[in-house]
Amino acid sequence: MEYLKPMEPTRIHSNGDSLFQDITLAPDIPVYATTAAYSKDPCPNKLHLGIGVYRTEEGKCHTLNVVKQVEQTLANDLSADKEYLPITGMPEFNKLSAELMFGSGSPAIKESRVVTVQCVSGCLSLRVGAEFLAKHYHRHVVYLPEPTYGNHPNLISAAGLTLKTYRYYDPKTLVLDFQGLLEDLGSALTGAIVLFHACGHNPTGVDPTCQQWEQIRQLVRQRGLLPFFDCAYQGLVSGNLDDDAQSIRMFGCDGGECLVAQSYSKNMGLYGERIGSLSIVCKTADVARRVESQLKLIIRPLYSNPPIHGAAIVTAILKDRDLYKKWTNELKAMRDRLVQVRRQLYDSLCNKGTPGDWSHIIKQVGMYSFTGLNKDEVDFLTREYHIYMSSDGRINIGGLSSKAVPYFADAIHDAVLSSLPSSTLA
Amino acid sequence: MAIRRAMSGRIMDRTAVFGARYMSSWWRSVQPAPKDPILGVTEAFLADQSPDKVNVGVGAYRDDNGKPVVLECVREAERKIAGNLNMEYLPMGGSVKMVEETLKLAYGENSELIKEKRIAAVQALSGTGACRLFADFQKRFFPDSQIYIPVPTWANHHNIWRDAQVPQKTYHYYHPESKGLDFAAMIDDIKNAPNGSFFLLHACAHNPTGVDPSEEQWREISHHIKAKGHFAFFDMAYQGFASGDPEKDAKAIRIFLEDGHHIGIAQSYAKNMGLYGQRVGCLSVLCEDEKQAVAVKSQLQQLARPMYSNPPVHGALIVSTILSDPDLKKQWLKEVKVMADRIIGMRTALRGNLEKLGSPLSWQHITNQIGMFCYSGLTPEQVDRLTNEFHIYMTRNGRISMAGVTTGNVKYLANAIHEVTK
Repeated sequence: MEYLKPMEPTRIHSNGDSLFQDITLAPDIPVYATTAAYSKDPCPNKLHLGIGVYRTEEGKCHTLNVVKQVEQTLANDLSADKEYLPITGMPEFNKLSAELMFGSGSPAIKESRVVTVQCVSGCLSLRVGAEFLAKHYHRHVVYLPEPTYGNHPNLISAAGLTLKTYRYYDPKTLVLDFQGLLEDLGSALTGAIVLFHACGHNPTGVDPTCQQWEQIRQLVRQRGLLPFFDCAYQGLVSGNLDDDAQSIRMFGCDGGECLVAQSYSKNMGLYGERIGSLSIVCKTADVARRVESQLKLIIRPLYSNPPIHGAAIVTAILKDRDLYKKWTNELKAMRDRLVQVRRQLYDSLCNKGTPGDWSHIIKQVGMYSFTGLNKDEVDFLTREYHIYMSSDGRINIGGLSSKAVPYFADAIHDAVLSSLPSSTLA
Repeated sequence: MAIRRAMSGRIMDRTAVFGARYMSSWWRSVQPAPKDPILGVTEAFLADQSPDKVNVGVGAYRDDNGKPVVLECVREAERKIAGNLNMEYLPMGGSVKMVEETLKLAYGENSELIKEKRIAAVQALSGTGACRLFADFQKRFFPDSQIYIPVPTWANHHNIWRDAQVPQKTYHYYHPESKGLDFAAMIDDIKNAPNGSFFLLHACAHNPTGVDPSEEQWREISHHIKAKGHFAFFDMAYQGFASGDPEKDAKAIRIFLEDGHHIGIAQSYAKNMGLYGQRVGCLSVLCEDEKQAVAVKSQLQQLARPMYSNPPVHGALIVSTILSDPDLKKQWLKEVKVMADRIIGMRTALRGNLEKLGSPLSWQHITNQIGMFCYSGLTPEQVDRLTNEFHIYMTRNGRISMAGVTTGNVKYLANAIHEVTK
């Protein structure tokens, strides 16, 4: 760092080397790089299946009708002000979000053992949770499923926690590697933190069954592991909000402790509003109170207090019976479209006789499908068909319209054939 | 455990033993945290039942009826944008339009630096988020550096650089005896700091003291900072709020730019656009050239990724809608002046009332100081008396948020201050 060398007092700063002389261009963040490449592509048939944003059948951005309705009301509400929220966010939002995830009859909520704080999106909810654990928990190791959401490692390690992985997805069978999961968690360090995707695993779309979750729960409690859930797709997996929260509720009501980071980006289409929450289920109400006070100390030097707008929209919807019903209807329609597109893609590939077993496309759930395509095949798709997706083979089903499915199926067919050794093409 | 078992149904029956094994909480040794000194004041105020209570604690503007204000230009902007735009993720660096307009406010409408694309800038979570992002940037790229912070400063500055793990030093700023600037000591501290140190400066309307250097003093501060090769980081949370004129309030920054410093700026729309709860702000760093600005911006975005990934859209949309519409921008400038003028009027009224009561002390600092806050000189004990006996809430360092003073409560406030200081 040249500038830090002692300088003669008269050396004028502006004539010297820049402070930022040695700063290099940061590597592109993959998902944004894909989006940028897609935007630049002039091909009219191009498809963007790379980023987790739900699109309509016409491929347009999707703002839920119930959200538009609520926004109009908010804009015309002269009694509402824009004052700072408390550090922990909008109290009513927190209460309703906790009930949405844990169930309104949850004993933990009734006993005041759940502390819920509004955070700036699911990302910051995870980060604040990680910072809390780094400061107050005795074990600084987090086990992430292999694979996981691309930003999980960054969020966790930014808080100074060490990362390890546990087996989750079997790339050979394209389903859950349940044995591997049990083995790895069975031999994890006692007290280690384990990150789970509550439903709609990103990027694979592979979720444990209810029975498997119960086995996981028993193992976690037996070994004294601390579960940390990422809940970003509640309602988009089965179409039913309660069903999608089953994994969380199992852990939330067994008397043990856990953390849950929640996002409304996808299931309420509020991506840019950055609205989410962090919940910590504690053993006693007294502990919950103390934990909440410590969370404030972490939040204050990050962003002081969270943004109002997204919380106001969510609260309006969750607390009004009609709006809530409208929301669940729209949510179900979104989810049904995802299922229908999966089926359509699977049928297309089967009809074409594309080599391979494509049943994983309809077995997987939620917004994503791990197609099983390898990097070369993905590159082929981009190069020849202007189709943009993650290099690990993940596609966003939410970004695929039924009109585009034939084109996509053609592309996959070509990609698979082109990567087969020529002797197999008989 | 029996009650829990009965309530939770069949899942609990077979597996109660696994919950019971861990009877005590992982967090049993977590201590209750002390209340935030500023935000805790408002909590206490809200809990107070007295009809006479006055909140001059938190720095949020109130109109003359003591009510929070949503600016007309903001309402107009919100009506324009309600429900008709998508809410998809902003780019990582935030709203391009909002950042463009925000840079013009700080660097000048026709700034060559903006035209030459030399400024690395990203949308941030208001002023707090901008400061924190800079502190993280400082830690990552200048790991051996420390930050010099004025005494006193906004309490959260200390938390921010501490959590970013950047060591802190202080420099003299406020002179308690004169209730003005301790200029000579401040210059000494600048001269004595090791070359190339990082200095946090309040661009205008210093929080909590309301004491700003004069233009001549700013020029001298700039000269000495330049001579030592220090880095100047400005926290500008009150542009427009100090004098009523955003251009005037940016004077310190413009002096530094004229003198060739490569500065950093944290900007906030919390106060001057009344967008407190929307968390809209901007972090900018002036670089040598466009290439460097691109590199620095990419690194700032990398730092934001493991925090919030991309910033909230709504507040940014309000700002860009207002600032890019000439009529709305004109209206905004008018409304900012109204707010600043009301505060200046309340300073005059408070000082006038205290002098009328025959207070033995000098209160001219009330009108000498500028911006939202007045550093009254009250001791913590006197502040406690104000709270306990008069239900007047302020932070214990004696900082009065002038925005909470109204024609309705200024006499009561003056009277109470007189009672505890006579």
